[in-house]
Amino acid sequence: MADIVTIRDLKKVYAEGFEALKGVSLTIREGEILALLGPNGAGKTTLISTVCGITMPTSGSVIVSGHDIETDYRAARSLIGLVPQEIALEPFETVIRTVRFSRGLFGRTRDDALVEKILTRLSLWDKRDSELKQLSGGMRRRVLIAKALVHEPRVLFLDEPTAGVDVELRRDMWRIVEDMKAEGVTIILTTHYIEEAEAIADRVAVINDGQILLVEDKADLMRQMGRKEIIVHLKDPVTAIPDSLSGYDLDLGEGGDRLIYGYDTRSGDRTGITALLNDVAAAGLVLRDVETRQSSLEDIFVDLVAAEEHKKEGAA
Amino acid sequence: MNLTAVWAIYHREMSRFFRTFMQSFLSPVISTSLYFVVFGAAIGSRIDEVEGVSYGAFIVPGLVMLSVMSQAISNASFGIYFPKFIGTIYEPLSAPMNFLEIVLGFVGAAATKALFIGVVIIVTASFFVELQIAHPLPMVAFLLLTCLSFSLLGFILGIWAKNFEQLQIVPLMVITPLVFLGGAFYSTSMLPPVWQTVSLFNPVVYLISGFRWSFYAVADVPVGVSLLAIAGFTALCLGLIWWIFRTGWRIRS
Repeated sequence: MADIVTIRDLKKVYAEGFEALKGVSLTIREGEILALLGPNGAGKTTLISTVCGITMPTSGSVIVSGHDIETDYRAARSLIGLVPQEIALEPFETVIRTVRFSRGLFGRTRDDALVEKILTRLSLWDKRDSELKQLSGGMRRRVLIAKALVHEPRVLFLDEPTAGVDVELRRDMWRIVEDMKAEGVTIILTTHYIEEAEAIADRVAVINDGQILLVEDKADLMRQMGRKEIIVHLKDPVTAIPDSLSGYDLDLGEGGDRLIYGYDTRSGDRTGITALLNDVAAAGLVLRDVETRQSSLEDIFVDLVAAEEHKKEGAA
Repeated sequence: MNLTAVWAIYHREMSRFFRTFMQSFLSPVISTSLYFVVFGAAIGSRIDEVEGVSYGAFIVPGLVMLSVMSQAISNASFGIYFPKFIGTIYEPLSAPMNFLEIVLGFVGAAATKALFIGVVIIVTASFFVELQIAHPLPMVAFLLLTCLSFSLLGFILGIWAKNFEQLQIVPLMVITPLVFLGGAFYSTSMLPPVWQTVSLFNPVVYLISGFRWSFYAVADVPVGVSLLAIAGFTALCLGLIWWIFRTGWRIRS
């Protein structure tokens, strides 16, 4: 896949001295869904705002499909759509008027057929003449998406699109995002919900303290960094792990009826599971059940951020 | 130039104005009528003429200026402050348009609304007094430049204001006193000499004087100075806006 957005050594220092971006470099591939994960204050919104032209960068460059966002901002911004984190809409405008307005701002002539298509796809066509203040939170968020899509961008930034929405609506939003991807739109979404990145992203970038910690294919990331656990449920509880199993670094579950064995998927074929199960049987323990559990992206994310904090503390 | 974007902002701002058209239209008609009842009939009956013009007719240019200035400032400042307040400013900032185009959209709409009010007041006044317009072209120029420059000033105020209180305080504490003391309802020649000198430091005196000259060919200060003053004020506002554009002050972090 070709690169559509190239961010190089982007720095942003606010007037009060706060360094929100400390030299971010990131490449976004055409047609992908990239999830930008990071804790509060990590720099996610500043990064998006800078690429979209709302915030002025202190240094560094952003190229969108060959167009610099500063020297060739008209061409660059024409390719970008933005769905902001906060629901910012004029309360007395109607749905259709505000969507048409957004298209006009991007220098595009009125296209009623396209507006109808977008509003229909977002289940807003029936509400086209409703004032925005009359709509529910979920519908307003859809209106923001419609406004971002109506100038037919090739890159869409979604800043926490599902913050504060219920589970059903979140899944609905994921469907919309996947539809847009199917139409060839490149999507960058920031999120707090690791579940969201896990469900829909192709690649994951982790940002913390204004720096990108990693950018990785989601599947690779989970494969490379994911730890698995095998949990051996015992028929009869034990008070201690038998000495014959001491070489396995096992944990005894609460109540003594579970043995927990962690292993790394990176070790390939040599996970030690077969030997463990044989030795468990040899130790005279009777199995009731065996289950495996894979660490989630959330665990990976928490581990990464914690490791970074630890590194900083060490340096200090 | 992204004219479609300029039109989008202009059209949106104007449609907001037309949504409350009766209020926009009736309000200046009623207030102008009240001014004529109070100043024209009650007070004016005790003042024969000012510089050869009946008092009722004399105050018309001042009344027009008073309304045009305050409408231009309030429309333009609210026009840009409201999107900042509710967060929708992200849209024009992330659109492929430069700051000048954003200014054209907002200021153009505010100036149009102020011009509309000015025309409504002149028409309303013509029902109460006998109006004459000695210099129609300069009259139009003064009116247009005042609509434009005070809309620019309002836009700057809207960018500067961090809350609604700040949005109100400059028109209330600075503009209104300057207009009332700027010879809207009197000729500065009626003041004691000291206050005549003091009033020369009030920029509004030049605008009202020049505008009145275009009606009745009488002026407190030379008309050339008035034109220079309004042109200078417009240039000052444009310069400030250019600086805001360069630095992103209070609009683009």
